Amino acid sequence: MEIFGISSQALLGQLFLGLINGSFYAVLSLGLAIIFGLLNIINFSHGALYMMGAFVSWIGLTQFGMSYWASLVLTPLIVGVLGIVIERLLLRHLYKLDHLYSLLLTFGLALIAEGVFRNLYGISGETYEVPELLQGGIDLGFMYLPLYRGWVVVAALSVCAVTWYTIEKTSLGATLRAATEKPELVQALGINVPVLVTATYGVGVALAAFAGVLAAPVVQVNPLMGSNLIIVVFAVVVIGGMGSILGSIVTGLGLGIVEGLTKVVYPEASAVIIFVIMVVVLLLRPAGLFGKQA
Amino acid sequence: MKSNYAADAAAQSRRTVLMFVALAVVGLLAPFALYPTFLMKMLCFALFACAFNLLLGYVGLLSFGHAAFFGGAAYVCGYLAKEQGWSPETAILAGTLTAAVMGWAFGAIAIKRSGIYFAMITLALAQLVFFLALQLPFTGGEDGLQGIPRGKLLGLFDLSDNMAMYFFVFGVFMLGFAVIYRTIHSPFGQILKAIRENEPRAISLGYDVHHYKLLAFVISASLAGMAGATKALVFQLASLTDAHWHMSGEVVLMTLLGGMGTILGPAVGASTIVTLQTQLADKVGSWVTVIIGVIFVVCVLAFRRGIVGELTALRQRLTGSHS
Amino acid sequence: MKLKPIIQALGLALATVGAAQAQISDNVVKIGVLTDLSGVYSDVAGKGTVVATEMAIADFLAKEKPAFKVEMVSADHQNKGDIAANKAREWFERDQVDVASELVTTSVALAVMKIAKEKNRIALISGAASTLVTNKECNDVTVQWTYDTYAVANGTAKAVVKQGGKKWFFLTADYAFGHSLEKDAGDVVKANGGEVVGSVRHPFPGSDFSSYLLKAQASGAQIIGLANAGGDTINAIKQAAEFGITQKQQLAGLLMFITDIHSLGLKATQNMYLTEGFYWDLNEETRAWSKRFFEKTKRMPTMIQAGQYSSVMHYLKAVKSINTDDTAKVMTQMKKTPINDFFAKNGSIRVDGRMVHDMYLLQVKKPAESKTPWDYYHVRATIPAAEAFQPLSASTCPLVKK
Repeated sequence: MEIFGISSQALLGQLFLGLINGSFYAVLSLGLAIIFGLLNIINFSHGALYMMGAFVSWIGLTQFGMSYWASLVLTPLIVGVLGIVIERLLLRHLYKLDHLYSLLLTFGLALIAEGVFRNLYGISGETYEVPELLQGGIDLGFMYLPLYRGWVVVAALSVCAVTWYTIEKTSLGATLRAATEKPELVQALGINVPVLVTATYGVGVALAAFAGVLAAPVVQVNPLMGSNLIIVVFAVVVIGGMGSILGSIVTGLGLGIVEGLTKVVYPEASAVIIFVIMVVVLLLRPAGLFGKQA
Repeated sequence: MKSNYAADAAAQSRRTVLMFVALAVVGLLAPFALYPTFLMKMLCFALFACAFNLLLGYVGLLSFGHAAFFGGAAYVCGYLAKEQGWSPETAILAGTLTAAVMGWAFGAIAIKRSGIYFAMITLALAQLVFFLALQLPFTGGEDGLQGIPRGKLLGLFDLSDNMAMYFFVFGVFMLGFAVIYRTIHSPFGQILKAIRENEPRAISLGYDVHHYKLLAFVISASLAGMAGATKALVFQLASLTDAHWHMSGEVVLMTLLGGMGTILGPAVGASTIVTLQTQLADKVGSWVTVIIGVIFVVCVLAFRRGIVGELTALRQRLTGSHS
Repeated sequence: MKLKPIIQALGLALATVGAAQAQISDNVVKIGVLTDLSGVYSDVAGKGTVVATEMAIADFLAKEKPAFKVEMVSADHQNKGDIAANKAREWFERDQVDVASELVTTSVALAVMKIAKEKNRIALISGAASTLVTNKECNDVTVQWTYDTYAVANGTAKAVVKQGGKKWFFLTADYAFGHSLEKDAGDVVKANGGEVVGSVRHPFPGSDFSSYLLKAQASGAQIIGLANAGGDTINAIKQAAEFGITQKQQLAGLLMFITDIHSLGLKATQNMYLTEGFYWDLNEETRAWSKRFFEKTKRMPTMIQAGQYSSVMHYLKAVKSINTDDTAKVMTQMKKTPINDFFAKNGSIRVDGRMVHDMYLLQVKKPAESKTPWDYYHVRATIPAAEAFQPLSASTCPLVKK
């Protein structure tokens, strides 16, 4: 069956792949949106943290026998702690300054992380085997779906849903949102705002690392894996609206699908389509699709 | 504290002359002591950083897409020199004009916003340029535009001789630097400063702020393009690295390290980074990236005024003067 | 101060310098090894080529005992033409390096060839594959030693088509090498009665090939020709297995190396055809040399690494025999002298810079057939030098007089 001259098999296959990529974008931009939306930090090291999540996973597997399943929980914790250390030692000095300084600092941190891993492991990539339980695949008719990739979609979307729910619907989330808008007031109410801020950064970082663990069996674990993604993820967050959790999730998934479509029609443009969309969206809706006007 | 205005102004212009003379002397003598190609690289990046600083330090806009001008001009200049046989000065001019037009287009779109949104829009537009650099046939894609001839300056001076090329590049740098200097120390520059310090006030005074920002953007973009076009001729190569967003990040670092908002800062920052990259690359290989990252972090945390900024502050403290 | 004696002394000094050019400059022959030390080609070339060069220099000094010194410098070009060009320029202009060698990755080789020509030094290519080097972009200071896309395509594609794989789809690395390999292989497929139903280009280096592989799957081709190399080929093969593509279609790795097979394992690659210029287990000579190499690197050599040794040794011998490192004279000497070492028998360098030697059509063994580690290939055929490479009559190199 053909739609516009393209076989439906090809189209559906690419859309499905797009959905898988979109899930990654969603989780990554979620972490970034949390960090910016709630903390006003422009976290340019997000890609590097994603990469470190994949590497910690790989090192855990090859050196310590840490299984993939353990890794899904442990790696975000480990990297999250690292994030907290970064926040305490470095980032907190920048809160009173222009946002752009946090961008520059985190960019520098990303360079350090990528440089260190590059020196230790080279850039040709390390292999992370798909866990046994998820090997093989199902024939969906229009494509053969590797089980692991299906799992990625499920895991990513679940995490996104849980996070969104926590922030938007629970009292913890409400406290967090209040703390960003009126920190002194919330502090006065007896809540330790700095601890909240630090913990939130940790959560954002943990989400990036979680995406890294999910990604490890899919792409080669290499030091540059985050560098290629970071600007795309930023674009997603900006389009979604920089503070909006829902915006980043929806835009992330949407972008994955749009990219998939582009790959069918004009593959070379798939890397750049997001930026075209970003320019258009920012011209029409300056605060992003779901953003609130400052 | 009473100050003698006329004396201060005289002192300022004496310092200016001194600065230009010092630059000229150092620049003219340097190639006899150091490897000219390395110096030319320094000069190109110094010009790039100074051009970038015009926008960041003096207008307060952080562009994350300047690589588009640098790289775009490099490709245009390289193509015209190689495939169309243009002479070096016309090719560089063409590159500069291309960057100016791109700057005008970018600026028209991006200047409506500020802060992170401005940065992201410039980044997005630069990625579009990168995409073109990758896909258009004349750029050579991943292979880059290779074997760009240096040609004969004005039909007379053969630039394949490194020394001749050096003096030409030095001339280009001084020209660009003079343009930036003049822009800053002019009524136009004063208005830019006013806009940076208090934009609502400038608007209320009746200035068309958008127009001023756009003009500054175009100047910044053109000179960044001039630097890129010149670099393409120096190395006889234009490649995707020149238009990649990492290049945009590098120029931010150079400016930050040297001192945003100072006239010499970016040049100092650029020279330092280029020196580090060249000297360290042989010794520590890819640890260079890590070192540069550390410098970035340190600068942001403790060294925000940059080398020149800190030195100026030091001088002021020691002499107790204000200039 | 009397000027005349000073001028005379200066003149004498200059003359002496001029005269010294007739011999080895500074009495040191400096060899630069410019390779990919950390990226997608670091296993097929990389550190191994540095080791190979060191072995060549050590063996040369021990056996030939020349009057001059030999030094080596090495650098990582990270598969980027601009980094390579700048390094080569620095080496030639500032560091008195006489020859830039290895140069895996076509964009690197093309850039460095031009710089070498401009600075009148030699470019000794082992790793780069594109036939552009000896065709449109050829020059008289460059030698392409080990293989090229024509040779591997001719061997592998021909064998696959003859076996029945007639409908092809190409997955191509989007730069000069990939385009070159796709074209050469496509020509061979068509010349042998097959057809090319489509192709898709992936960014270089790639990482996630899923969308491209899906396209290949949808094309209905029998054979998916992988016009890429090193890490890209390995990943494409792995992901093809992941997506169940190998159940219905067959992969043809147009350029593969023994390190790729080692990485992927025999189970994933068994029965695949490949064309190489060297195999460690061919004969006693190759085994002996490869054993020495293995002791230093714990891996068997790829053809690029073996070719690097062979080319450097040939260069050094040429320099010694005419006692000068003058570029034109050394190039003439190298082209005049046949090559007979463990790497090539009756090899020779043509006017277009192409070193022609026998190539080997190999087929990967099944896991049960492999008796020792690195025992991976059946040697199915030896393709003689005259047949293996593009004939001079078809060359677009300006140096070839028709």
